[in-house]
Amino acid sequence: MANSSAAFAALAEPMREAIVERLAERPMAVGELAALLPVSRPAVSQHLKILKEAKLVRDHAEGTRRIYAIDPAGLGAIRAWLDRFWDQSLAAFVAAAEREDRK
Amino acid sequence: MNVEAQRISPAPIRHSLRVKASQDKAFRIFTGGMGGWWMKSHSLNPAGQKDVLIEPRAGGRWYEVGNDGSENEWGRVLAWEAPDRVVLAWQLNAEWTYDPDFETTVEVRFTPDGDHTIVDFEHRDLERFGEKAEAVRGDYETGMDGGWRSLLDGYQSAAEAD
Repeated sequence: MANSSAAFAALAEPMREAIVERLAERPMAVGELAALLPVSRPAVSQHLKILKEAKLVRDHAEGTRRIYAIDPAGLGAIRAWLDRFWDQSLAAFVAAAEREDRK
Repeated sequence: MNVEAQRISPAPIRHSLRVKASQDKAFRIFTGGMGGWWMKSHSLNPAGQKDVLIEPRAGGRWYEVGNDGSENEWGRVLAWEAPDRVVLAWQLNAEWTYDPDFETTVEVRFTPDGDHTIVDFEHRDLERFGEKAEAVRGDYETGMDGGWRSLLDGYQSAAEAD
């Protein structure tokens, strides 16, 4: 079972949170993440190691690369899911609020 | 930092929006018109969602009405301060099941800004999902809307519709 306090500690670091959010978009290799974020590849690897230990992400081999993805059984999935869910819902709210003149 | 010695919470989900609408209207559409903007795919009801309702008072219900007329509880109103602020208890647990003993907090503040309104949204107390961590499984694949897959499909549709 995932240790929840480990998961929270892992997510509390902003760069790790950013990594989880990127991986929520799609699975990626270390190099792709390093290209998208303002950190070095070794730093990304270190963050991924911690996220993996916390069961927030998981990895698998594709040829010579390791592909990282959100671990759907982890708590990071909940937060990332809710974050995207609200992002989309609130955009719909803004559209509704700016559209309707009376109700 | 000793992560074992203290409770560390995941960051709250925060969004700050600038809406071209009066404060009254922004509050009204958020609380009274939720069924009009909520994504219909995000429903607990197999028959599909007809409306989402919030009873306008502290202690009021926050619930969904399905196309078959049945109702599903989502939570309740913790604070109702129209048109400035509303605080809701989100009582869907990590398995997307209503649980009266579980709640996370959704707070929305509405601040006038000329002819616009600043809407500050926060969904917090997310660490409480962890208190039921043993219940957290791969339910996002089969949960309230099919999880990641349908969400991403929704994003794609929205993006391509523009």
